[in-house]
Amino acid sequence: MATNPPKAENEIHIAIRDLTMAYGSLVIQRDLNFDINHGDIFVIMGGSGCGKSTLLKHMLGLITPTSGDICYNGKSFVNASPQQRDTMRQTWGITYQSGGLFSAMTLAENIALPLQLYTPYSTAEIADILAYKLALVGLAGYQDYYPVEISGGMRKRAALARAIALDPEILFFDEPSAGLDPISSRLLDDLIVELQESLGATVVMVTHELPSIFDIATNSVYLDSDSRTMIGYGNPTYLRDHSDQAVVRQFLARGIAAQAKDAHP
Amino acid sequence: MPINDESPRFEVVPQEQGKASLVLTGNWTQGQPRADFSRLRSDLYGSTVQHLSVDTAGLVSWDSTLMAFLLQCHNYTQDENIEFLTPDLPAGADKLLRVATAVKTHTRPESPAITWIDALNPAQLIATVPAYFRESLAFIGEVGIALGRLVTGKSNTRMSDFKHFCYQAGPQAFAIISLTSVLVGMILAYLGAVQLQQFGAEIYVADLVVIGTLREMGALMTAIVMAGRTGAAYAAQLGTMQTNEEIDAITTMGISPIEFLVVPRILALIAMMPLLTIYADLLGVVGGGIVAGGMGITPLQYINQAESSLHFSHLFVGLLKSVVFATLIAIAGCRSGINSGRSSAAVGQAATEAVVTAIVYLILADAAINILFQQLGI
Repeated sequence: MATNPPKAENEIHIAIRDLTMAYGSLVIQRDLNFDINHGDIFVIMGGSGCGKSTLLKHMLGLITPTSGDICYNGKSFVNASPQQRDTMRQTWGITYQSGGLFSAMTLAENIALPLQLYTPYSTAEIADILAYKLALVGLAGYQDYYPVEISGGMRKRAALARAIALDPEILFFDEPSAGLDPISSRLLDDLIVELQESLGATVVMVTHELPSIFDIATNSVYLDSDSRTMIGYGNPTYLRDHSDQAVVRQFLARGIAAQAKDAHP
Repeated sequence: MPINDESPRFEVVPQEQGKASLVLTGNWTQGQPRADFSRLRSDLYGSTVQHLSVDTAGLVSWDSTLMAFLLQCHNYTQDENIEFLTPDLPAGADKLLRVATAVKTHTRPESPAITWIDALNPAQLIATVPAYFRESLAFIGEVGIALGRLVTGKSNTRMSDFKHFCYQAGPQAFAIISLTSVLVGMILAYLGAVQLQQFGAEIYVADLVVIGTLREMGALMTAIVMAGRTGAAYAAQLGTMQTNEEIDAITTMGISPIEFLVVPRILALIAMMPLLTIYADLLGVVGGGIVAGGMGITPLQYINQAESSLHFSHLFVGLLKSVVFATLIAIAGCRSGINSGRSSAAVGQAATEAVVTAIVYLILADAAINILFQQLGI
């Protein structure tokens, strides 16, 4: 909630502890350990197929980890009861890769749904609030449209409006700018930063869009698909210039860094 | 300003020269009574206010409730050409308001609303029939062309798809067909037995069951089960492919979706339905035999009597019907799927349409075939 006193900088919001993820006997990533602080814009990055989206699904509780724990504000999510998990989830806003909007509902109904479920607002108030949420993402007046009637970029923003319906403490994004043109992608990035600053939320996103990563991320983790664990953790600009792992420098410089480093050791 | 009451309040305080301030006090958060925006409108209506400035000194706390209210104020004052000033909003709220008002409100172009009455209006329904008919004929024509290309060996239809759909429409349907056909055989036998017992002619139950099952019920019940099972599946599969742009991909690869997707499905159902119908006929007669046994007819008597009433023409009529029914079910299912819209709701609609049209076609075709054979004396 916007009026809450802002949490002290560097206070841990989400903690990943010894997390191992596997599908059956196929290990995706092992021994992940990192913290996400309050107010961070945290990026999970890595090459295709390294398990970025899988990690996000673990954090959302859609998949149970093989071992290890994920803690929100110091409380274990993995060991929480289904009811406790639902309570924790109410403070989250999530946008999925292809939006995840309910196609049989209008944008207004999509955004009203969490408000009806979890807030004491009356129907008239919900109409006001959802008009405001749509205005925030630049979709004022699109209440009665169905998701199929608007463009892909607008769907992403509508999904964001639904994600922020409950003024979440944590915003999760799975590839927010995938499939968007550079301008829309930039606008979405700006919007994420504006919302993060004004809501004071923590943002966790999976992406490999380098411009986004350098523009908005305050902290990041790099998952490696060969060693199946994390090999980089820190501010992306710092990692690009100073990571001790050539793969990470290479990734962040679109394949140029490693050669540059080799040329001038 | 007394803040004894924590509920959200606002007040328009007039100042000199067309200026006024909008004083906000209390907790503007969820769970509080709603601040009535229409009162602000009536306060401002007819006034000479040109500049409205928000005063948030008495504001205790805020969330989206306040933002929704401020957005309404912003939109209203803009319409009325009143300058809306927010000099001392909390930093976060100021930023949010700027983001929310950055893009102008979109007005949707008017489209005619469809009411329930319209949906029930027979004239409206009848008006859609010619287009539906044209579309169906066009589809059947395309299927015909694709079949022609298949015969001449120019088609992109894949044998592996055909086999896959044969498996889906044949062996996988065995259990449900077994259950329904045994029960339908029993129902037929009971129905006849009650009447025939009055004349002491129970033995003719066998004739009734054999003729009823072979000519009519075997094919019809199999067709109805397959319409719900396979026809709906075809519509849902093709509708989902439409949604995922798979059909677009096939078309742009230069492959006809009719040849690639529709023909193997139709042929598979046409190949499997007569076999399923023979199987259903057999089990229907067995089901009738169970009831006959319960009435004191021995199995041997039943089989003898059944054999005497068994003519090839009965089996032929049933099999002919099953081929016609299979064609109709497959065409109804594939047509609905190919013409489906591109949302999850549209796929559901396509599946419903497939089953409903298939069953209507089945009953119409059954009636037509029965009348025809009556006249021909077969």
